[in-house]
Amino acid sequence: MSGRLLPLLKRDMARLLLGGRGGGAVMPVLFFLTVAMLYPFAVGPDARLLARTGGGVIWIAALLAAILPLDRLVEPDIEGGQFDQWALRGMSEEIVIAVRVLAHWLSFGPPLMLAALPAAALLGIDEPTLRTVELGLLAGTPGLAALGVTVAALTAGLRGGAALGGLLVIPLAVPVLIFGAGSLGSGGDSGLALAAAASLVLLAIAPFAGGAAVRSARS
Amino acid sequence: MQGASVTIEDLACRRGDRLLFRGLSQRLGPGEALHVTGSNGIGKSSLLRIVAGLAPAFAGTVQTGGAIGLIDERHALDHALPLGRALAFWRVLDRAEDSAVERLGLAPLLDVPVRYLSTGQKKRAALARLIGENAAIWLLDEPLNGLDSDAAALTEALVAEHCAGGGIALIASHQPFTLARKRTLALGEFAA
Repeated sequence: MSGRLLPLLKRDMARLLLGGRGGGAVMPVLFFLTVAMLYPFAVGPDARLLARTGGGVIWIAALLAAILPLDRLVEPDIEGGQFDQWALRGMSEEIVIAVRVLAHWLSFGPPLMLAALPAAALLGIDEPTLRTVELGLLAGTPGLAALGVTVAALTAGLRGGAALGGLLVIPLAVPVLIFGAGSLGSGGDSGLALAAAASLVLLAIAPFAGGAAVRSARS
Repeated sequence: MQGASVTIEDLACRRGDRLLFRGLSQRLGPGEALHVTGSNGIGKSSLLRIVAGLAPAFAGTVQTGGAIGLIDERHALDHALPLGRALAFWRVLDRAEDSAVERLGLAPLLDVPVRYLSTGQKKRAALARLIGENAAIWLLDEPLNGLDSDAAALTEALVAEHCAGGGIALIASHQPFTLARKRTLALGEFAA
């Protein structure tokens, strides 16, 4: 079994990172940077205001960037028959979805954490805040990845599934956002811990909810 | 492939509100092939999906002994990848040694992205995956669709070899399928 997970992860990573027509991991990162770049234009060049609110903007941008690849996460493999072939080889939907969550996180989490460095410079965020932002992203983005894959599985095959998926992800991501961005205000570790806890809950649910959704999409 | 078996007992299939067929019983042992015929929408594909365990039976039971390989209209190859790499992914999963790429005439196509292949070429690629899977039970849903006469004859020869090696083949097709030792099941007789 484990001998099959690595090839699967490699294939998922290649699809999500390089991504063909969808633009792969480059698009969410560019989108993220664009939001960070637009924000000073919108609120004006007040450096103190930017520094105070910049961390929150990075979180919003990260959340929106995580939504971009939703329609490529699960649906093509249901349409293409890959899930059927995996099931015939004894690879359960839960395992495949768990691997997909990992691949999705690897393709957008670390790139966003890297992109947060230039974004922080654009917004004039100081170093301690940047550190909290990075740690918050590390704690929160796995949850966003799990949520994205779950919702992508639930909305696969529905008309307008991608748009509906985006609408579903945003409210469900609120706990991660509150604790992740909240850790900036308090500057405390408790916010980070709670963001990580919310993340873990989403990670624990994703394989089962996503797997059940893929199975029910068959009939 | 010793001991491969498919046992279908009193099977009924429902799609939505419609009962497609009922009271279907079949028993297949090593080396046997069953050609399921019938008009469109009678439930041939549904029967194969139930046998594969991918769809629930409405009533009755299906028991299978041996690994199952399925070919249907969805070829499960990544569109963006060249054919060689798309097939390599499955070959690694299946730990396959022989995938009959040469024999199926796919060697010149290995560098071509899957999305540029024709229907028949994709079908041949799916056959290569099926051979690499080395499954005892082959479920073939309209295996000759889109194939030219040479490829169709080759497919029939491959199925014959599979059965000669002790494998089982279930073929759902409204087209004639030439095979020396096969039984034919007209699914229409079991229509509800």
